[in-house]
Amino acid sequence: MNIKIIFYFLGWVLNIEALLMVLPCMVSLLYGDGQLLSFLGVMALCMVIGWLTTHKRPANMVFYAKEGFVAVALIWVVLSFFGALPFRISGQIPSMTDAMFETISGFTTTGASILTNVEGLSPSMLMWRSFTHWVGGMGVLVFILAILPLAGGGYTMHIMRAESPGPSVGKLAPKVKTTAKILYGIYLAMTVVQIFLLLLGGMPLFDSLATSFGTAGTGGFGIKNSSIAYYDSYYLQGVVTVFMILFGVNFNVYYLLLVRQFKDAFSCEEARAYLAVIGASILLITLNIRGSFESLFDAFHHAAFQVASIITTTGFSTVDFDVWPQFSKTILVGLMFIGACAGSTGGGMKVSRILIWLKSLKNELSALIHPRSVKVLKLEKKALDSGVMRSVNNYFIAYFFIFAVSVLIVSLDNFDFNSTFTAVAATFNNIGPGLGAVGPACNFSELSVLSKYVLMFDMLAGRLEIFPMLILFSPSTWQKGW
Amino acid sequence: MKIIIVGCGKVGTTLAEQLNKENHDITLIDQDAQALEKVTNSIDVMGVAGNGAVYAVQMEAGIHDSDLLIATTNSDELNMLCCLIAKKAGNCHTIARIRNPEYAAEINFIREEMNLSLAINPDLAAAREISRLLKFPSAIKIDTFAKGRVEIMKFQIPEGSVLHDLKVWEVSSKLKLSVLICAVERGNDVVIPNGNFQLKAGDKVSFIASPAKAMRFFKEVGIENNSVKNAILVGGGRITYYLAKMLEDSPIKLKIVEQDLKRCRKLSEELPGVMVIHGDGSDQQLLMEEGIRQTEAFAALTGFDEENMILSLFAGTQSKAKLITKVNRTTFEGVVDGMNLGSVIYPKLITADTILQYVRAMQNSLGSNVETLYKIVADKAEALEFRVGEDAPMVGIPLEKLSFKANLLVACINRNGKIITPRGKDTIEVGDTVIIVTTNTGLKDLKDILR
Repeated sequence: MNIKIIFYFLGWVLNIEALLMVLPCMVSLLYGDGQLLSFLGVMALCMVIGWLTTHKRPANMVFYAKEGFVAVALIWVVLSFFGALPFRISGQIPSMTDAMFETISGFTTTGASILTNVEGLSPSMLMWRSFTHWVGGMGVLVFILAILPLAGGGYTMHIMRAESPGPSVGKLAPKVKTTAKILYGIYLAMTVVQIFLLLLGGMPLFDSLATSFGTAGTGGFGIKNSSIAYYDSYYLQGVVTVFMILFGVNFNVYYLLLVRQFKDAFSCEEARAYLAVIGASILLITLNIRGSFESLFDAFHHAAFQVASIITTTGFSTVDFDVWPQFSKTILVGLMFIGACAGSTGGGMKVSRILIWLKSLKNELSALIHPRSVKVLKLEKKALDSGVMRSVNNYFIAYFFIFAVSVLIVSLDNFDFNSTFTAVAATFNNIGPGLGAVGPACNFSELSVLSKYVLMFDMLAGRLEIFPMLILFSPSTWQKGW
Repeated sequence: MKIIIVGCGKVGTTLAEQLNKENHDITLIDQDAQALEKVTNSIDVMGVAGNGAVYAVQMEAGIHDSDLLIATTNSDELNMLCCLIAKKAGNCHTIARIRNPEYAAEINFIREEMNLSLAINPDLAAAREISRLLKFPSAIKIDTFAKGRVEIMKFQIPEGSVLHDLKVWEVSSKLKLSVLICAVERGNDVVIPNGNFQLKAGDKVSFIASPAKAMRFFKEVGIENNSVKNAILVGGGRITYYLAKMLEDSPIKLKIVEQDLKRCRKLSEELPGVMVIHGDGSDQQLLMEEGIRQTEAFAALTGFDEENMILSLFAGTQSKAKLITKVNRTTFEGVVDGMNLGSVIYPKLITADTILQYVRAMQNSLGSNVETLYKIVADKAEALEFRVGEDAPMVGIPLEKLSFKANLLVACINRNGKIITPRGKDTIEVGDTVIIVTTNTGLKDLKDILR
């Protein structure tokens, strides 16, 4: 394995991380909250290590699928570790485990928090915490691919594939670099629009920045203890609802709109299924919770917000949905697993995978009735080859096992099943709040250290779609000359 | 530029790889999604699965804003159709690979009628290369720059040559000849030698000189370099046919050994001056009978790589003939080059090179200024001819004051047809073309040669 190139990438990630910390530094200067030194210290550390590993390009710039996976997995761990240092150094989150949990939760756009009093954090820390969502949403490596002239010979596709969500990752333009630039361009533009719309609704600049970062990455860190419920305005909550849904749509759709291929954009099967699921869920929950709200509109408003928040795996909340009727809660838990579209910033299993399963199920039925029939599975009008089918099925198997083992370990903490199950579901699917002891009104601080590490692994595995993390920890990856 | 390549076989892939390195946006179209995936995994290009002659597929690949479509599938008709549709759909330049000899005769008509920018025939290109080698047998490879005024040649230093143990700076003073040794291959390494580099017998040396000087150079270093008088060609395929056709008027006498009687008759009918022998080319006795020991050149041109290699190895043991071996597969280039096979001809690489030259020329009108590119060793060393534009940063500065990248050599300056072998005091002027030899592949502009 080409270790040198992995270190080279790691070095660049640290350089970029130092660059990203400029934002909280500026916030710190502006508010004078005294956290400047923690950030500057970590920045200096990142830059020194980054410089040591990147000042010389490795002679062998070729890397293969294996290096791609290992680099991605390792980079996310390292990124989170250094991202957690400011919390730890400043003492705002005194335990390193908790700081790591919070940062991983940030970068993986989970939004699960161990903080009991969010408002107690200083502004720069809050901004950094929300900013990690934005960075993690589209992916750090995609960003690096967009700006650095790396490995001209190709092979960068392995990285893009390992970091981007979805069963089959394609390019928008012939070059990975251009593709990455287009993706980040769309992402940035949409975020700016949201910031602007929130400002228009009277939200302070700081809050609208943090909220938009949380929405764009489909993260869900609130900067108020009561999350988005704090902004008691239909307009503001409505804007957040709409943008959560928008950021959960496959970015290919936006690209198609951008190049004026409207017909292709609107016929995207995945996006249509995604919107259909959202519509149906909102309708059912609105009917189910109508009684506990003053007006039907109120019920609809909160149902829409919660559905959008859960299916896009954002995890903002306007109400404590833990007190909703069981039917609504069950729908929400179901949505947790479906997740957003492939190629979006959201997590979960992804709508396209569910679609593939449903279609393959339908094929199986017809194959049983007509044993000699030949039927090709198609998604987005394209035939699915057996490789994609295989990886989708194996994804489910890996998903199921990791899920089961995680539930088993977390159950050592002796919470009720509801809490244990949703704690894993909410982190593995990168949502944030679960139900019961980890519900929207509570948080993850009660869990034991062991459970926290298990959930950290789940968050990373969930964000990177399991396989990079499995490859990182698989012994055969590290065998020499194999 | 935006370039669409139809067909991701060897030619398509080689083109995609090289053009991507030169920073073009490449989209590949191929029917075989798996083959496509393999290529897109290793090269940063986009793949579209489908039939390249279908309008919708071309649209998906972005034909409307492409500058060039290159059709390199193994079907001539499909290639022509691809180009025809691309021309109508995207009004772009088109290049088609057309190899059927029946079309070759009327290629100019086809090109004109279909508005093709270039029609490339791999067999014809290979035959052209072989005929050049037969006329210049001491060279392993020959290519021309500056519209034929300069040649770059590769030859192997024989045992007992005066060049053995000579340092590069001593060559011109000892032989009183100004040739420029620009690259030396020793084993698997390629070196761009400085003055103190010591040459050894067995090295493959590439040098640049005018054709007349090249002749004298060969004579001085004790290498016979007269055109061969006769040659045995094994295999009567298309390359053989083209080659024989080309050499019809030359004094070189050809013997073609071909297994298939029908093909023999056909060849004999179309090539009246050539002796056609019906027999198995791997029959040693037949080869002996036909005078493999006396022949001055032996070319193995059958359709089987392995057979060609074995035949050349056998011929090498029997005579001192100039050996030419055709190899289709390029996967083991390194290994093949290490064997004693004489000049190895890869028709596919020749095709790719020819197309690349066209693309570069096209790029010229769009900004870059590579005129010709010649690969000394694939992916390891190349010689490029640049046209010097107004904005070139090194104009008028003596070469000794410029700091060039490592492993790079300004080999030749062509000023209005006058060839200058550059010394430290010489300068590069606007309007010149300069030939650069380098191991940093993928240079696009003259300014890239500076540190």
